[in-house]
Amino acid sequence: MVALTAFSIGVTLAMQAAHSLQSLGAEMYVPDLVMLTLLRELGPVLIAVIVIGRSGSAVAAELGTMKVSEEIEALEVMAINPVHYLVVPRFLAMLVMLPALTIFGNYIGIMGGWAVCRFALDFNTAGYVLRALESADTWDLYSGMIKSAVFAWIVITIACNAGLNVEGGAEGVGEATTASVVQALLAMLVTNAILTSIFFFSG
Amino acid sequence: MNADGEPIIEVTDLVREFGDRVVLDDISFSVHRRETVVVMGGSGCGKSTLLRHLIGSMKPTSGSIKLFGEEITTMAEREIERVRLRFGMLFQSGALLASLTVGENVALPLAQHTKKLPDEIEQIVKQKLEMVGLTDFEDLRPDEISGGMKKRVGLARALALDPELLFSDEPTSGLDPIMTAVVDELTLKLACRRGMTAVVVSHDMTSAFRIATRMIMLGHGSIVAQGTPDEIRNSPNPEVQQFIHGRADGPIPLNLSQEQHKDHQVVRPRPFLSARFRFHHKRP
Repeated sequence: MVALTAFSIGVTLAMQAAHSLQSLGAEMYVPDLVMLTLLRELGPVLIAVIVIGRSGSAVAAELGTMKVSEEIEALEVMAINPVHYLVVPRFLAMLVMLPALTIFGNYIGIMGGWAVCRFALDFNTAGYVLRALESADTWDLYSGMIKSAVFAWIVITIACNAGLNVEGGAEGVGEATTASVVQALLAMLVTNAILTSIFFFSG
Repeated sequence: MNADGEPIIEVTDLVREFGDRVVLDDISFSVHRRETVVVMGGSGCGKSTLLRHLIGSMKPTSGSIKLFGEEITTMAEREIERVRLRFGMLFQSGALLASLTVGENVALPLAQHTKKLPDEIEQIVKQKLEMVGLTDFEDLRPDEISGGMKKRVGLARALALDPELLFSDEPTSGLDPIMTAVVDELTLKLACRRGMTAVVVSHDMTSAFRIATRMIMLGHGSIVAQGTPDEIRNSPNPEVQQFIHGRADGPIPLNLSQEQHKDHQVVRPRPFLSARFRFHHKRP
């Protein structure tokens, strides 16, 4: 799913960029645009959107169901802290997997850009790769990774919080799941804007 | 009666309100070592709420609860955990973790709180499951077994750490008569041989009279009667007699019929409607 999304985005980006840049006679900058947009913005954001929809909602629903079926209370009564037992592993998994998926998504997205440049524009493979690598520096990758780690923290915190605070049966689980997706998306997009402006103004 | 040392549970003037509703109203009792106390009463009389207070998952509005001589109402979560290691709790639904197998569920407290080796834990799990009549069920998942079985697995899990005190929320509802007898005998055996204390919330009068050394009857959030099974059986209190004999007619009011009654009497509109009218009137 991540691969398909990332590939589509890479292809679309390249075509849109080619369309605009062609009118300026600057198609040679297509790889730059694809590379930078993916690494800095679209990669982390889109992968986070997918993970919110797929894993964030699943975590909220799972913990919510455990809450309404007394499982959380049972853990507490067995003197097992539900945060240690349930939240910490999910937190760590998210913190590792979201940046990892982002790197993977970036790679596939860049492949998408390559497909357009190679088959629709006058690029050869080496030219695309060189151009793309030249345009980006490691900081572009790192800034994307920082974003991705922050998003991971936001997504899993909101999901676990929504799940553990479910009240009132199956309906409550549904409400909490929806709320977690909506809140996580909003928080993630606003944070993205804030982080981008921090990176932008700090150089 | 059984005054060997301090009481294990001591509840004093316990009051719990949800908004305006008083669910537990000034409850005081104590439970001594080796006693099996059955708490009974109609649905919604506050039995489960009382149990939740005893295990420290709800805080009372006022009053005190002492477990093993320690006040738990003012304790921090970390300290309550220490007390919780000394008791087991069987939930009404069993409350098994759906993501683990039956065996893993029973093994969970052992794996989390003891330094036993996996082989040892496996032995204990087998033995506990055998106690509740579920040999060779370790590898099934909770959704593959029946409600009554879940409850028995819950009991095996509650007993995994050999607790001094066991709380059970309706341990026998949903079990067939034979299994009910097995669970009751198990409770009796543990109380006799290991000196375990038990607090059992139950509707099931046959089972209650079989295991109880003392009974407490709750009604409308307060204690209606308490005493030995014989005292309860011979109680002159009509509410107690109605409950233990399961009669539909008697002094215990049914909430449903009360509500209908009220609707017939009261002619003015329902509260939420009148609030809405008021809202409209306020507008110019």
